[in-house]
Amino acid sequence: MNDAPASLLLDPVEALAARIADGAKVALFKDCGVPMALGRALVRRRARDLHLVTVPTGGMLPDLLIGAGCVATVETAGVTLGEFGLAPRFIAAVKTGEVQIRDATCPAIYAGLQAAEKGIPFMPLRGLLGSDVLASRADFKVIDNPFGEDDPIVCLPAIRPDCAIFHAPCADRDGNVYIARQAEMKILAHAARESFVTVERIVDFNLLEDDRLAPATLNALYVSAIAEAPGGAAPLNLPGHYDYDTDAIRAYAKAAATPEGFRVWLAAHVLVQTGAAA
Amino acid sequence: MGSYTSEELLIATIADMLEPARHIAVGVLSPIPGSAALLARARSGNTKKVSIIGSMEEPYRTDGGVDLFDCAAQGRIDAFFLSGGQIDGQANINLTGIGDYPRQDVRWSGAFGSAYLYFLVPRVILFREEHSRRVFVPQVDFISAPGTSAPNVYRPGGPHALVTGLCVFLFERARGRFRLASVHPGHSVEEVRDETGFDFDCPDHVPTTRTPDDATLSLVRERVAPAIASPYPAFARRVWPQAVA
Repeated sequence: MNDAPASLLLDPVEALAARIADGAKVALFKDCGVPMALGRALVRRRARDLHLVTVPTGGMLPDLLIGAGCVATVETAGVTLGEFGLAPRFIAAVKTGEVQIRDATCPAIYAGLQAAEKGIPFMPLRGLLGSDVLASRADFKVIDNPFGEDDPIVCLPAIRPDCAIFHAPCADRDGNVYIARQAEMKILAHAARESFVTVERIVDFNLLEDDRLAPATLNALYVSAIAEAPGGAAPLNLPGHYDYDTDAIRAYAKAAATPEGFRVWLAAHVLVQTGAAA
Repeated sequence: MGSYTSEELLIATIADMLEPARHIAVGVLSPIPGSAALLARARSGNTKKVSIIGSMEEPYRTDGGVDLFDCAAQGRIDAFFLSGGQIDGQANINLTGIGDYPRQDVRWSGAFGSAYLYFLVPRVILFREEHSRRVFVPQVDFISAPGTSAPNVYRPGGPHALVTGLCVFLFERARGRFRLASVHPGHSVEEVRDETGFDFDCPDHVPTTRTPDDATLSLVRERVAPAIASPYPAFARRVWPQAVA
């Protein structure tokens, strides 16, 4: 069976990056499956004014996109390079106001996406009351629980990204994408208008026909385009495929500590296209 | 009694507080609380469940963020750990930054799950090894998550204790204040006062923090060290160079 639209499988990653418009609201998943190759292609096509939604937090990819001037707004529960330290370009851009920050808390990002997934305008969530996270967000509203008495609860607006982008182990020729244990990628894909996906490889059988793989597979219904990009999450990890390249991440953290260092790093690692690792 | 490191003292101290917990969750960048959770689990004959966010290994791997946060709301997480760039005497924590928001003079990563889990997990242990007036301030610049809430706010959870490199404070929720519970060996109440920017209650006699016994130290070195080396290899190599290859 191979009656998927011919346009679904794209090559190379550049073709995917071209589909993501300037100003788009782009959702990025935090864990394994970070589409680093696609992110580098976005930098090369000089994407501008993106509104990033990190799900629920972010690391090297949002830091890189912010440093390269691709981002106007970042909606996040936190951006950090983890054991490699703070995310330097994120922090610099928030301090100068070059990027507008919308601080959230992890489950608030999920809840906003879940509202969009259900096509409802908002989702209530416990917590947040009395925090400056709530005070800083004019779009978060407090209502009184209509089923209770004197029970304030926060309502979060639906988050409807223009697109979700992620990297996955494989896809089939019908456009179904195997997401392994990353079940939360389905929330992103359901909430976003479109999903653009890079994969390690394309397989020649239909993933949904296998009972063991089907629960860990995103239906092609939610997928707009796929590009084959072996090593597409590197230097971050893809479990079962490759581990973190800690030397490369450490080198980034060091270089990105200053604007000059970041520019040199960008010129050497992103602006020069280097085949499969690009 | 054998000699112990400052990390082992903190691990044993926190593990004692986890005794009643059935399910302990551990966030990112928390090697000492993570080790304490593993020690509490080992002492329980592995009957406690420990979930380590970001772990790729059984039995510590979570079913993902959505599941973990829902789990907390269902009352299925008994203990969790938080920290802060600033922590004040009302147990408010600041993970966001210092100065006028949003263009702050100092910016950190962000609130992560704190503004939610602090409300829902019954026993939240605050941990910050650096004990200084820079960290322990009269009032945080930004409340990423508040220590206390108005009586009508749904809040089954909140702060239980603050463990630092110098001492242990217990938080009295009804009073909304910390009380000095013990001072670590080699340190004094005066030192704690000098290094703490917030006001706290202090009894006439403050005991010394209980030091880890031999059985505890064996469990830490033989069982905890190899297990914590998976999520935190650099930490494990630094603290237990013999136990961790």
